[in-house]
This record gives sequence, structure tokens and C-alpha cells, in this order.
Amino acid sequence: MSLSLNIEILQNGVQMISLATDIAPGEVVSVMGPSGIGKSTLLAAITGTLPPAFCVKGNIVLNGRDITHAPPHSRRAGILFQDDLLFPHLSVGANLAFGLSRDIKPRSARRSRVESALEDVAMAGFYSRDPATLSGGQRARVALMRTLLAEPEALLLDEPFSRLDATLRSQIRHLVFDHARARDLPVLMVTHDAQDAEAAGGRVIHLT
Amino acid sequence: MRLAPTLTIALLIGPVLAGLAGTIAPALGFFPALGGTSVSPAPFLDLFATPGIWASTRLSLTTGLLATAISLAITALVLAGWSGTRSFGAIQAVLSPLLSVPHAAAAFGLAFLIAPSGWISRLASPWLTGWERPPDLLIVNDPWGLAMIAGLVVKEVPFLLLMSIAALPQTRPGRSYTVTASLGYTRLRGWFLITLPQLYARIRLPVYAVLAYSMSVVDVALILGPTTPPSLAVRVVQWMNDPDLSMRFQAAAAAVWQLVLVIGSLFLWRLCENLLARWSVVLASSGRRGRSNGFGRAVGLTFAILVAGSVLLGLGGLVAWSFAGFWGFPDVLPDTLTARHWARHGSNMLPVLWQTVLIAVIATALAVVLVLACLQTEVTNNLRRGRTALWLLYLPLLMPQVAFLPGFQTYALLLGIDLGTGAVTLTHLVFVLPYVMLSLEDTFRAVEPRHMVVAASLGASPSAQFWRIRLPILLAPVLTAAAVGFAVSIGQYLPTLLIGAGRVQTLTTEAVALASGGDRRVIGVYALAQTGLVMLAFASALALPRLVWANRRALREAA
Repeated sequence: MSLSLNIEILQNGVQMISLATDIAPGEVVSVMGPSGIGKSTLLAAITGTLPPAFCVKGNIVLNGRDITHAPPHSRRAGILFQDDLLFPHLSVGANLAFGLSRDIKPRSARRSRVESALEDVAMAGFYSRDPATLSGGQRARVALMRTLLAEPEALLLDEPFSRLDATLRSQIRHLVFDHARARDLPVLMVTHDAQDAEAAGGRVIHLT
Repeated sequence: MRLAPTLTIALLIGPVLAGLAGTIAPALGFFPALGGTSVSPAPFLDLFATPGIWASTRLSLTTGLLATAISLAITALVLAGWSGTRSFGAIQAVLSPLLSVPHAAAAFGLAFLIAPSGWISRLASPWLTGWERPPDLLIVNDPWGLAMIAGLVVKEVPFLLLMSIAALPQTRPGRSYTVTASLGYTRLRGWFLITLPQLYARIRLPVYAVLAYSMSVVDVALILGPTTPPSLAVRVVQWMNDPDLSMRFQAAAAAVWQLVLVIGSLFLWRLCENLLARWSVVLASSGRRGRSNGFGRAVGLTFAILVAGSVLLGLGGLVAWSFAGFWGFPDVLPDTLTARHWARHGSNMLPVLWQTVLIAVIATALAVVLVLACLQTEVTNNLRRGRTALWLLYLPLLMPQVAFLPGFQTYALLLGIDLGTGAVTLTHLVFVLPYVMLSLEDTFRAVEPRHMVVAASLGASPSAQFWRIRLPILLAPVLTAAAVGFAVSIGQYLPTLLIGAGRVQTLTTEAVALASGGDRRVIGVYALAQTGLVMLAFASALALPRLVWANRRALREAA
């Protein structure tokens, strides 16, 4: 799996970002730059959720598929934000099952896939919990597993650790990077925290 | 789906424009079905030659302008003195449910309270007044329309207050208060000079809707308003229902006259807005900081209590009368209580109740579906609703009902068809739609957009995002919007009367029809049934999300 970007993002016709890079399977590329430079816009271009004032030129190729203009839901690019964004009306288990492919049937198989994902992050027995009752670290872990259960072909991280306190941050950071490497996912992380980039250990691109 | 906005706009303006055309043509003497084949000024000449027409005109102007000005003043005073304080929560908690009391029921309640034989007079008799029997005073239906103005004010204050509370956070009142207070301004002075101008810009359309409504209301006028002569809108309805069909010309002319009055008053109001705005700039630049808060705050609180008290005591009066056996004057409570009136009128009422609910449920369901489709189209296509669309949304609320609904009878006569329950339901939809949209749109747009980005990245299509994420999260606001729509439909009087041509009966038309009979026990039963339906809807809208999301803290707290 690999993600190859060769894009220009224009805001109202004016060039805002220009980036050309290939991200290899299991590689973590960090994008850094001051706030307002358009780091999140870059990720929105890849997920296909750019606001209407923006347009993207060039191409985004994920695993050989040109997804530059594909509908967001068929791109298979998983994303994690600084907020966990667990759906508030679904239980922890249903949040995870939301990500799980439809092809996994029957219901019992879906359930056991979700249970084992919970076990992977030491949260066995949390299936029917209300996400609002979880701690910050637990929520971050559920959000990660939800993204991974959808079997994405790339992982995008939008300042994913900035809301966590220092000890939790390094713990979750390792969890995310380890899981991504284990699945050979190309990872693109935008951050303004130099420690994030350092921990990722990969290339760092500075946007200016 | 993509057609929803177009369909909605067509539903909002189509009936209004068609109805206006159907009203203006006969007003100009053109109505072939009744022998009017050429344009002539005769209907207007007849109208202005009618005895008492100028008194009716004056009443429409005074009741409308005064009711709106007083409601707005009370609302502003309550907000200026109390918003942002701990007590404001209590004021809000008492005033908000009043919105669910239908206009007609509130008007009946007020009438039972202030009538010569009403509760206030009973409480003060004979020890204070010396009255052994009800005095012969014309308090309800007074010729100046004061009772009618009071009846409108007690309903419009909760409406304006809730619209203001929704808009207030955008004006950052807390920050303004800190700044004005640190510059030495009293709370009231600071609020009126800094926050009110920003707030008013956001509630201008609801205020205009209140003005147009108060000038042309029929049901409240029939219950509380003057009778000799009545206000203009009431006379339009009387002439529309005249067995002599040629009176339709004059009715149409009066309807157009009503429209002219409303438009003129809106311009007059706008002019006063400008004058007040200039004056407030002068005042703000004068450096006068205001002397004390106490008096203004006390006045605001007093009026809030008066408004809430008269509606709540009025409802109490309806309950008392509906269960009253013999109840002599000046006894404060009935000698005996009986369920007889409920038993006797209840069975007659059931088919009407069923009809009322059916119309309200269908109109509300259609409105909710259309509004959701519009909003979903808006978010999926990244559209922004412009100012024009907002005005279109308010069009059915700014246009006096009595000015365009008669037009549909013109078409019905022209085509020789009967407009039945279906047509009544569609007309209700025209008035339900704007309120459902206004109630739902902000929360719909406020749903965390990144939830949809996440859902899309997990492979959910736009329709799956809507059904599986957005709609469940919005359960509580959707149900509240539905309850608002249901309440609007239940409260409709004129559309049911004029479109149903007397053959479609709802609790509201029945209750208002009972007004002239003066049997307080039956009126109590009907007005309470009407209020009960609306309260039930709001109670379900509050309770259901709490039950469904009992185990979801984030949504339970938002509900």
C-alpha cells in the first residue's frame, strides 16, 4: 500500500499549498508548519471534504487508484482528529461496528471482530458502554480501532495527540504508529508538535 | 431530494401569490362567477361607505401596533434586567411553556380572568368592591380593544423572548456587559445601548411577523376584541361568510385594505426603528451612564410575572369552569365539582379531536420531511442560504392570512369544487413549514461536521451519513421542531375556517365558535382539549429522546 501525492490546493484561485511526495507502506510522513498554513486543508483534499472555496489540481493516488475526485466514502483513507469524534448515539461496540466492512457477516462474526479489536487495545468488556463515559485515553483507542476496522489503505492524522496529556500522549502515539506499521499503512500526519514528528521517526515536510 | 428546496419555496410563495391574486381580482370587481366581468372601483367605494369602517381600520392599527410595541418593550426589559443572571433561568422556565398554549385558549383564559364575573373580580368581591353580583362593565370586548391587546401581549412576549434567547448568544452579551459596566454604565443602560441594537437586527423578522399577525388576527379578536364594530379582519370574515354572495366583492376589498394597512404599518415600524436607532446613538454618545437599575428591573420582572400569571391562572380558570357545577358570584371556587361536562361534550368532541390531530400530524410530518430534505441538500452540496430565502420563509408569516386565504374561495367557486380536509391540511403546511424550519435549521447545521468526515472515511455514503449519524443525533431537536409544527397547526383558525368553508372542524374553530354562546363550561372543555394536545406533543418531544438516549450521556444532556 502506498499514497502518492502530487497536488496543488488553490483557495479562490490562489495557490495555497503545493506538495509532491510518495509515502511508502508503513512509512510515517509528518507535515509541520504554523497554524493557518493549511495543514488541515491538505488532509481535507485527501479525504475529499474540501470546503467549496478550495479546489485541488494534480492527483492523489492511493494504492494505484486515482482518488483525486472520488466521492469521500469510497476513498478508503482513514482519518483521526484531535477529538475522538465517537458518534454520541452509538455504543462503543456500535461505533466500532460502524467502521467494519459490510461483507463481514453474520452478526455474530461482526460482534467477535469488534470484541477482539477491543481486546487489542485492552478494553475487553466495553462493547455496550456509552462513549461519553470513557476516559480520554479510552476514547482515543476506540477511535483508532474504529478507523482501522474499516480497513483503510492510508491513515491520516490531524494533530491527533494534542488533546491528550503528556503521559497519555506518548502511549497513544506508540499505539497508533505500531498499528499502522503492522498493517503496512502509509501515514500522513499534520502536527505543530515537534515531538510528534520526532516520535514518528519518518520524513518531516515543512510547509511555509 | 435535490428538488426539496424548490418544492419548499414553491409551497411557501405559491399559495400566497395565488391567494393574493384570487383576492385582488374580486376586490377590483372582477369575478365572473358572480357576475363581475369588468374592473370597477365599486367594491372599494362600497367598503369605505360601510358604517364603522374607519373604526375597524383604526382598531386594526392600534391593536396591532400597540400589542407589538408592548410585547417588544416587555421582552427587552426582561432581557435587559435579567438575562445572564441566575434568576433568568427561572423566568425562562416559566415563560417558555406558555408558547405551547394556543392563542385561542390563552384568550379564553384571560377572558375568564378579567371578565366582570371572572376570577379577579370574584377575589376582590364583595369585601373590596362591594359587588354582590357581577357589575355591568364591558371589560372583555371593550371598544378600545384593550382586552384584545392584553390577550395578544401574553402570547407574543413568550414568542419574542424565545426568539431573542436563541439569537442572544451571537451578540456576546456577557462581553458587552463587562465592557459597559467597566466604563461605568448601569446594566440596563449598557444593554439597551449595546446589546439591543445587535439583538434587534436578528429578531427583526419575528417582530414583523408579530406585527402583521396582531393587526389581522381573527380568533383572538372574536374572543376578546370589540364587537361594534369589530376589527377589520373580523369584518372580512363576516362578509366572506355572508349568505349574500355579492358581499364577496366587499370582503375582498376589505382584505386588500387590510394588506395595505399591514404593509403601511411595516414601513411605519421601520421608520420608527430608524428614528430610535439614531436617538440611541445620540444617547450613547452623550456619556450619560444611567442612574439606577432597580426600577427598570422591577418593572421587567413585574410584567414577566403578569404575563405568566395571566396565562397560567387563565388555564386554571378553564379547568375550574370545565369541572364546575353550580358556581355563584362572588364565590372564588365552584360549590360542586362534576365531570359531567367532560362526559357530555367529550363524546361530541372526539370526531373533531381526531380531525384536528389528523390534520396536524400530516401537515407536521410533511413539513419535517421537507425541512430535513432542504437542510440535507444544503449541507451535502455546501450551499449557504441567502437573505432572500429567509424572507421567503417569513413570507407566509408576514402576509396577513386574511389577505390571501379568501382568494382560495374565489378559485373554489370558480371551479365549482369543494375544498376539503386535504386542502385545509396543505394550507396548514404553508404556516407550519416556516416554524419547523426556524426551529430546526440552526441545530441541524451545528452538528459536528467532522462526524461526517469520519463517517465518510469509514465508507458511509452521504445517505448513510444522514440516516445513521445525523438524524439520530438530531432526534431531540427534530421532535421539538415537530412539536412546534404540531402546535402551529392546532392553533390555526382562519385557514381551517376559510379553506374548509365551515365543513372542516377542528378544536380551534369549534372553541372560537362557542365564544359567542358564552357557555364557559363547554368553552373550558374545548380550550383545554386544544391546550392538552399541544402540551402532550411538547411533553413527548421532551420525554422521548430522554428515553431513547437514556444510556447516552452526551445526547441526554443535549436534549
